[in-house]
Amino acid sequence: MSASSLVSVFTTIGIIVVLAVDSFKFFSEVSIIDFLTDTEWTPLFENKHFGILPLLTGTLLTTIIASLVAIPLGITIAVYLSEYAPKRFTLIVKPILEVLAAIPTVVYGFFALQYVTPLLQKFIPGLSGFNALSPGIVMGIMIMPYITSLSEDALRAIPNSLREASYGMGANRFQTAFKVMIPAASSGIVVSIILAISRALGETMIVAIAAGQEPKLTFNPLESVETITTYIIQVSMGDVPQDSLEYRTIFAAGLTLFVFTFILNNISYWVIKKFRQQYD
Amino acid sequence: MTRKHRFNSAKLQDNLFKFFALLCTGIGLLVLAVLLIDIMSKGLERINWSFFTNLPSRHFNESGIYTALVGMISLLFFTLLIALPIGIMSGIYLQEYGTKNWFARFVEINIANLAGVPSVIYGILGLQIFVRAAGLGNSILAGGLTLALLIMPIIIVATREAIKAVPNSLREASFGMGATKWQTTKRIVLPAAWGGILTGVILSISRAIGETAPLIVVGALVYVPFIPEGPLDKYTTLPIQIFNWTSRPQQGFVINAAAGIIVLLAFTFLLNGIAILLRNRWYNKIRF
Repeated sequence: MSASSLVSVFTTIGIIVVLAVDSFKFFSEVSIIDFLTDTEWTPLFENKHFGILPLLTGTLLTTIIASLVAIPLGITIAVYLSEYAPKRFTLIVKPILEVLAAIPTVVYGFFALQYVTPLLQKFIPGLSGFNALSPGIVMGIMIMPYITSLSEDALRAIPNSLREASYGMGANRFQTAFKVMIPAASSGIVVSIILAISRALGETMIVAIAAGQEPKLTFNPLESVETITTYIIQVSMGDVPQDSLEYRTIFAAGLTLFVFTFILNNISYWVIKKFRQQYD
Repeated sequence: MTRKHRFNSAKLQDNLFKFFALLCTGIGLLVLAVLLIDIMSKGLERINWSFFTNLPSRHFNESGIYTALVGMISLLFFTLLIALPIGIMSGIYLQEYGTKNWFARFVEINIANLAGVPSVIYGILGLQIFVRAAGLGNSILAGGLTLALLIMPIIIVATREAIKAVPNSLREASFGMGATKWQTTKRIVLPAAWGGILTGVILSISRAIGETAPLIVVGALVYVPFIPEGPLDKYTTLPIQIFNWTSRPQQGFVINAAAGIIVLLAFTFLLNGIAILLRNRWYNKIRF
């Protein structure tokens, strides 16, 4: 049975080795300095540039938009559900909101492209058909339940005695929630945010459908951008010859993405271990 | 006077937040409602028997999801065939046997990390290992293996949680009767944990049928006008068919995409609904 557990160890090793081997071959042809500093990403064109920055800014831009939607919404709802709402309300609303996280991402992609973008175009005339804003917002709605659910669990795990002590000092619900409960549950809330951001960084179908396929070094949310994940899909769907330099770009791009999510996941693991407060 | 004023502003603060929070909750619920209504209004007209039985076609009104459905079910079969035994055994081992040693801790960190790896990265792993190194090509088997690795952390974590929820008194009673560790695990702990494990398995199925990105990377085809007959055949799945229709410019294909989404969401909601019911029933049963 311990052998079955090895499968997950081998999966991790497999991911690292697969990404590292072909990235290594890639970096033997393209200098790592160019990769990190060149401002153009055009591996599939005649005039090839291999700068990851445009893909990185595209990824960060959509992730930031998603976070700006998901973090305030998610935490506000979590605080409301655990500190204000009648129990019955929470019991009904929480599972409905969690449905948002169960919807397949290709569905969100369709929704972003076919509904949200045309809707936004009514208010923002210059918005292009593919843009970072619409998939960013939709992605924010998708990751919001992760923050709500995990933060609400964290808030609920704080013993009632803290809440009562705060009320006893004459604090109202708002003060109790923001000055006592949130600080007490902060490690759980931070972890929920990190997990949600890591989800947004690696999200593929929403941005592949609605953000476009133009690698552009821009932080303008109204323009079309390409994310790392979209690029991987774009190459997978095209007919790039195997073992070519073009083919290996997806490994270098994948490695970049993996490093980001790996760091975030380890930070959250560390936060759980170090800062979890025990109230017994 | 000042005290009264402070009291009121505290109350006002409370009410303002309440209002804002209800607004936020409303936004979440509204988006869900708008999404469902939008897709229904676009796709419902295409849902009829021939949509389920037709092969994909160049003409949108003759196109159906037959090959995508068959592909999805065959893919799921291989995924579960691989992921279930390994995932459940691994969960049992980590929770019942290996909780104290360094290996179990290492595996635990690993699983926590794997659960956070973007699914498209699993696609790259599958592409190099199963499609190319193992020579499986763009086959159902390669896709199934890739998805199995993807959902395994979900099954492991669910198995562990379910086993953890089994009260210790049951184990102790069994040990007290002279049963060994394995007898206790097999005859007492697993039957008691079964409802929780099954819930996790159903949720992992729901995850697997909605996955798109890793399957595109391991080469699930966008256009498959035939039914896969063996594990080494090429295939397509419903989300990939939807993706393909979504990226076509003609309005007719957009309607097809919406209709495909209705079918996909029906599966997803059904599975999640079953999982929630099952979890509630099991949870009430296991709390003595």
